[in-house]
Amino acid sequence: MTDATSVSQPRRLSNADQNWYRFTRNPTALIGAGIVILCILAAIFAPFITPYPEHVGAVVDFRSRHLPPSADYWFGTDNVGRDIFSRTIFGMRISLLLAVVVLGIAVPVGTILGLVAGYFGGWVDIIIMRITDIALAIPALVMALAVAAVLSPDLINAMLAIAGLWWTWHARLIYAITRQLRSQEFVEAAETLGAGKMHILFREILPNCVSALAVKTSLDCGFVIIVGASLSFLGLGIQPPTPDLGTMVASGSDFLPDYWWESVLPGCAILFVALGFILLGDGLRDLFDVEEIR
Amino acid sequence: MEFLFFLVRRILWSLLVLVGLSMVIFTIARGVPGDPARLALGPRASQEQVQALQDKLGLNKPMVEQYGLFVAGLARGDLGYSLLTERPVNHDIRDTFAATFELVLFTITLAFLFGMPMGVAAAYWKDRWPDNVVRLVALFSAVAPAFFLALLLQILAGYVLHVLPTTGRLPHGMDFTASITGLLTIDSLLLGRPDVFVQAVRHLLLPSLALSSATLGQIALTTRSSMIDVSSQDYIEASRAFGVPERVQIFKYMLRPSFVPPMTILGLAFASLIGSAFVVELVFSWPGMAAYGVRAIMQKDLNAVMGVVMVSGVFFVAVNLAIDVMLGVVDPRVRVRGAR
Amino acid sequence: MSEALLSVRDLCVDFTTYGRPLSVLKNVSLDVAAQSQVALVGETGSGKTVTTKAIMGILRQPPATITAGRILYDGRDLLTMPKKERLALRGTAMAMVFQDPVRSLNPVFSIGDQMRTILKYADRRLGRRRTRTQRMDRVLEVLGQVRMREPERVARSYPVMLSGGMCQRVLIAMSLLSEPRLLIADEPGTALDVTTQAQILKLLKKLVQEQHLALLMITHNLGVVRETSNYVYVMHKGKVVEQGRTAELFAEPKEDYTRQLIAAVPRLTGGMTFGTSEAAR
Repeated sequence: MTDATSVSQPRRLSNADQNWYRFTRNPTALIGAGIVILCILAAIFAPFITPYPEHVGAVVDFRSRHLPPSADYWFGTDNVGRDIFSRTIFGMRISLLLAVVVLGIAVPVGTILGLVAGYFGGWVDIIIMRITDIALAIPALVMALAVAAVLSPDLINAMLAIAGLWWTWHARLIYAITRQLRSQEFVEAAETLGAGKMHILFREILPNCVSALAVKTSLDCGFVIIVGASLSFLGLGIQPPTPDLGTMVASGSDFLPDYWWESVLPGCAILFVALGFILLGDGLRDLFDVEEIR
Repeated sequence: MEFLFFLVRRILWSLLVLVGLSMVIFTIARGVPGDPARLALGPRASQEQVQALQDKLGLNKPMVEQYGLFVAGLARGDLGYSLLTERPVNHDIRDTFAATFELVLFTITLAFLFGMPMGVAAAYWKDRWPDNVVRLVALFSAVAPAFFLALLLQILAGYVLHVLPTTGRLPHGMDFTASITGLLTIDSLLLGRPDVFVQAVRHLLLPSLALSSATLGQIALTTRSSMIDVSSQDYIEASRAFGVPERVQIFKYMLRPSFVPPMTILGLAFASLIGSAFVVELVFSWPGMAAYGVRAIMQKDLNAVMGVVMVSGVFFVAVNLAIDVMLGVVDPRVRVRGAR
Repeated sequence: MSEALLSVRDLCVDFTTYGRPLSVLKNVSLDVAAQSQVALVGETGSGKTVTTKAIMGILRQPPATITAGRILYDGRDLLTMPKKERLALRGTAMAMVFQDPVRSLNPVFSIGDQMRTILKYADRRLGRRRTRTQRMDRVLEVLGQVRMREPERVARSYPVMLSGGMCQRVLIAMSLLSEPRLLIADEPGTALDVTTQAQILKLLKKLVQEQHLALLMITHNLGVVRETSNYVYVMHKGKVVEQGRTAELFAEPKEDYTRQLIAAVPRLTGGMTFGTSEAAR
């Protein structure tokens, strides 16, 4: 790009260059990507980077209980003397795992059903999309609670319940895109040339959904983490002593306001992870210039 | 005429969603492994007790008949008996719903009151500092978990500043029954009790602030992007060319068409607002549906759980119907599309 | 030169995209005399629309920057005159008819509401006084001038309820509200079907004669040029490459580019169907 300032001879920028230009001009995307990468790395390498990895278990040290944040204990200690920082980093594992499991189910299911409903139309369309309409009316949190009530209150059931509702958002998104694409020339051309339905769905239409899916999935990671944290805050999290951010906020709140760090700092960690994903999603939305996604 | 057609269509549609919802709830409640009666009574109950409860709940009848009874009950507003309070579930919910309804209503009002102007300001100063500030605040408030905000607000306003009450709807010992609508803010005014009104609003502030955060952020962001979208439409350029002043362009020509996306978002995200209300109510000891629902869930009170989920769904459908009608009034395109 | 109602002199406009300036207008000059019909032709992206937007003062800055030149209206430079005076001319002395009629009308307000609003602020700028009913009367009068059969019904309608051709008439009516002297028509009717487009052009021609307007017609369609104008400017890549009386230019085009344009016109049909409609920007 030596002739970048030349006015007389404008040269077309390649798509990659345009994207890169926009990405570097987009602080939200950059910061979001940074936070997400940081959190994922921290969660993976938690045993090696945390100062007291043994505090993840049922360690009790009453001499050092309720200590405020200090150089030894960055986030202070909890009511049985465990390092909150170490537990917070480990707690992020659960949050991220939750997001991966829920979206690992919801995204493929929603994408496929959205594609099928949008492309084939007819009664398939009616049935699938009507289900999504009904699912919209049920709060994910309440659904997870209800399922936990009739089954047993554990995280797996809650995750499944959330995933059981969450796919509908992706289905709606992909459905809308597919409906638009279905009548476009390149799809009609492929049809005329005798391409199979599978080919059209997965090779012609799906690639056009990728950027919207990336935005949506990134945003949803943030929202799923929040719903998950809310569930464990209500006592439906992973069983103690394994650290879970929502549970930590809940148990720490018994000691408010004197030992504020016990609930506020894990809460900030939830905010931090969720914010990372939302910023990334928001940045990607600008970058790909996709239509408004929740 | 056209509007009537649109309205009928929307109402029929809402009924259909409710029927689907009842099926989903019924399936969850009855399709689970294990016996609901045994579940509710616990492992130490005798076989006779379980049998008696099964008879009472009609669990021995065929599934289809059970569903029929469930729907027939719903149509009459009958949700069965709560195993916990031994009262009809609809009575329990009616008592608690008003509190939840008031909280949600106040929350939405707050969210629009602050969210819309924020979005408009951000769109007007796009890519300048007000825009960046609004976007940052909106993103933060969109991601801040409601329960965490609730705690923070409780610490800040309740314990540190001592400015606002942190629990309940009214102070202890204040004697007032909301006998007309069930909403304290409205009934207190109707019954000429301004002191109660002030207290009710003071108690509402913190919970609704915590609850409105997510909605406010989304409304601000959607308003912003829809204003920006509208501002690049040909009709705005045309109105500029015809010499319509900028003030009129923004607050008349742009704001009204920009109204649709935030309202739609509010409708779509309303379920998650109800979900968050559950957590916020617990933190602030708000005597709403959530406290009842969570207790029912912990105690395996199946009828109460079904009732709470169903009422949440009905609430969602009703709000969306109201939004659709409102949009139909605001935007003729919605009417024409909706009536097709 | 001074007798020209509108005179553009050496207008240069840059656009900044991806951090780099891009020159889109290079020393564009053109004149429109009072009560004359001038056409500005060129292919998509040749700078026609940017020129008209600069004249109307609705060019978005940024990304655009006017780097040089003058735009004289009645001998006064629009680019240097106080903002308020410039605004006073917009929509009153000079008005514009947009290319996509359906998209150029606000979908959520009735036609009458939109027209009354335009008239209200135009009156205010001109220091004229009119009551609500007088404004409504004027709106109905103008709707009648564009051959609307039921002006009252149209005024009550929303754009979605009208056909494309009717929307185009409404748009023309809007531009006539304050009796302008100069009408700029940006590809009128291109978004419509051929028959409707022909009707719109006929109507426009009639109105220009009836109301003694000067017309600057922007088009990529030489058939339209031949029918509506007596002087032509040909634009190509941001420059005016050729100009002349319509008949002479068609008979003896000097530039290769003009010759290519003319060659592309199907002669017998008058070129109404030439080309694809320019993508709405």
